[in-house]
Amino acid sequence: MSKEKPASFDLLSAAERHRVLHALERGASRRDILGMLGMLGLAGTFGTSLVAGASKALADTPKQGGRIRVAGISSSTSDTLDPAKQSLSTDYVRCSMFYSGLTMLDEHLAPQLALAASIESDKATVWTIKLRKDVLFHDGKPLTSADVVYSLTRHMDPAVGSKAKALAAQMTEIKATGPLEVTIRLASPNADLPVVLGTFHFLIIKDGTTDFSTAVGTGPFKCKEFTPGVRSIGVRNEHYWRGEGPYLDEVEFIGIADNSARVNALLSGDVDLINSIDPRSSQQILDTKGFELFETNAGNYTDLIMRQDSAPGNNPDFALGMKYLLNRVQIKRAVFRGFATVANDQPVPPSNRYYAADIPQRVYDPEKAKFHLQKAGVLGSTLPLVCSTAASSSVDMAVVLQQSAKEAGLTIDVKQVPADGYWSNYWLKSPFVFGNINPRPTADILLSLLFASDAAWNESAWKHENFDQLLVAARGESDEAKRKQMYHDMQVMISETSGIGIPVFISNLDAHSSRLKGLRPMGTGGLMGYGFAEYVWLDT
Amino acid sequence: MNGKIVGMLTARFATAVLTLLFVAIVVFAITSLLPGDVAQQILGQSATPEAVAGLRTKLGLDRPPSERFLLWLAGLAQGNFGRSLVNDLPVSQLIAGRLGNSLMLAAITSCVSVPVALLLGIGTAMRPGSWLDRIVGIGVVFVVSVPEFLIATLAVLAFAVKLRWLPALAQAPQFHDIGGLLRSFAMPIITLSCVIVAQMTRMTRAAVMDALEAPYVEMARLKGAGPIRIVLMHALPNAVGPIANAIALSLSYLLGGVIIVETIFNYPGIAKLMVDGVSTRDLPVVQACALIFCAGYLLLVMLADAAAILSSPRLRHQ
Repeated sequence: MSKEKPASFDLLSAAERHRVLHALERGASRRDILGMLGMLGLAGTFGTSLVAGASKALADTPKQGGRIRVAGISSSTSDTLDPAKQSLSTDYVRCSMFYSGLTMLDEHLAPQLALAASIESDKATVWTIKLRKDVLFHDGKPLTSADVVYSLTRHMDPAVGSKAKALAAQMTEIKATGPLEVTIRLASPNADLPVVLGTFHFLIIKDGTTDFSTAVGTGPFKCKEFTPGVRSIGVRNEHYWRGEGPYLDEVEFIGIADNSARVNALLSGDVDLINSIDPRSSQQILDTKGFELFETNAGNYTDLIMRQDSAPGNNPDFALGMKYLLNRVQIKRAVFRGFATVANDQPVPPSNRYYAADIPQRVYDPEKAKFHLQKAGVLGSTLPLVCSTAASSSVDMAVVLQQSAKEAGLTIDVKQVPADGYWSNYWLKSPFVFGNINPRPTADILLSLLFASDAAWNESAWKHENFDQLLVAARGESDEAKRKQMYHDMQVMISETSGIGIPVFISNLDAHSSRLKGLRPMGTGGLMGYGFAEYVWLDT
Repeated sequence: MNGKIVGMLTARFATAVLTLLFVAIVVFAITSLLPGDVAQQILGQSATPEAVAGLRTKLGLDRPPSERFLLWLAGLAQGNFGRSLVNDLPVSQLIAGRLGNSLMLAAITSCVSVPVALLLGIGTAMRPGSWLDRIVGIGVVFVVSVPEFLIATLAVLAFAVKLRWLPALAQAPQFHDIGGLLRSFAMPIITLSCVIVAQMTRMTRAAVMDALEAPYVEMARLKGAGPIRIVLMHALPNAVGPIANAIALSLSYLLGGVIIVETIFNYPGIAKLMVDGVSTRDLPVVQACALIFCAGYLLLVMLADAAAILSSPRLRHQ
């Protein structure tokens, strides 16, 4: 809704977009551009709107300079500058300002080269990464392979407390094979390694860093101040390796946990951009002149979990009945004010290239639900359903579900528990509970993390042998068509037999003052995949 | 009289040290009872048993609680608050800046609210039943019964969002510019003052009215003293005890109890630090904050008692 440029222009990758803009700058006609698009394999269908979009984008050429203040959703003493320990979106924002990764993910979650100048693999198992020359850390030290080896190896050490330990474990050998060359050997083939290396936790730090009270990275901003729980300030890095950007001189990042305080801070002009607002505040932003909403649907979801290792979820009919009881349209409208996409009980979002669009949509059907719940023998009984503000909007969803269940003859006792300690005490433990899952960069990570039989976060204790085999096969499969079919089959299995119900994919809503330009939705999350600082600019 | 004050101070100091030790033990025990520990909180959703065990070893959480407590106590005896388990920064560094912020907010708020409360309290006590008394009485009850987050939110909506006179956040005090300082502090001060002025006014009014009914006041009135002189010279000195205690309670609230105001105005004070500490089970931070609150409270109450003794003619001349 705040997208200013037509989507078709956004669909081009950064490099293609650069070429189109460059051609227009030289005075290329519409015909020239269409010719160029032919070469790019993007013929005619949206050429016209593309030219219009690009012209508008050209009129909006980024301006240099200025300072903004941005408010994220929280701020506490656990704020960190250690890429391995990042846990909240606010950490991602901070670390994306100060560090760069070997690759970076574009709007389709495809990996683009960043600190890596090339990435090649032998059968997706042995990967050779050549680094860019002339990349400098903020203290002037040049980037070498030792920094990369250190940054990647430290995830294996339990004492580091890395959140990406499980993901890093597939790298069985990481060694420097030259001053600017690193070779990584994987335990088993994984065609997605370049994507993995573009995720937040694998940002590159300086060899030997153990003190994270400040950040010395290669990112677009240098760390001027970092006070956990108070603020972080980044100043422009003049030696930024990308050559283009950042445009702003200074970015101050703070956290305001309270939604209405965050919205008020924006509307009073104290901050220029805020992350993650409650859909209920959307109207207030839209009604005020000079402010805009920025919607991103990256595939975040709050799911209903029916664990299959205990009653009543050990009866497959119970899970199926509950899935039919989810009134997805009502949840989208009432809980999220329309800022959501109806989902189909499987976790791969429509923005993912492996999304299975042809699985028939499961709809709210009290009759079918009654049939399955009857078979499961739960009708007439009272089931406690655990929810908490820790799992976003789960309390509202629980209440909607309670109403639907009543009509089917099932009594749900909504038990709201404190957010504090929710993840360690209820999630993965209670038999009938809500979870909340952040989007992941690849279908493989998402499915390995949450649905493999031995996954630590297998929310519903779902065991499926065929699924596990397919998951491993798809990971090493380089034939795109075969791979897509495999992911399709896995989504069908999850939708039909797993113990989780996913009613909707939740949009992230950011809001900003209209003079802040350059925001585009990214597949990795709100605030341009938390990397906004490098791309936004102020229109004076 | 000097002997009395010194004796009281010594006894109080000894009790204070014991109280602090007791508080430290209780806080340690209760925090240990909370579900989940710091390793689980740091790892959040990615708390696999193996990762938790690794982190616990690194943080020293695998040692028995009694040993950890004694280690912490030994460090404290040397003036070392320890390091935060969550971000490995020294606790003293985390607290230093925030304690300064909290003290500054508390100081400015008390400079505004104490005189206002005394004036209102004494004024209404002098003329019970007058229109001033009624208006202040109703106003005070109203302000006390409206929760402070509502006052704060309404103030932000009115003064920051609609009128745009004041900033919605108070998180960046401008030290070099007194106008900027007042501007960024205006709304937190208004909000906090509403609560504590009301309490102090009620207490002051009650104490002064009590004293005004005492026989010696009647004596003074018979002697022909004017109403101002009666209140200031005869009633007030005897009412200082309860008033000072009311002020001490209100001010100790300003130190640790202002979490809502800190949250709404995003003010980096020490109350929020402690809440963060509790939610991440960061014991060294929680302990240090609890001790600071406790020490602040004890100090204020002691000052109030000393003020009561020094000002009360009867106790002074004993």
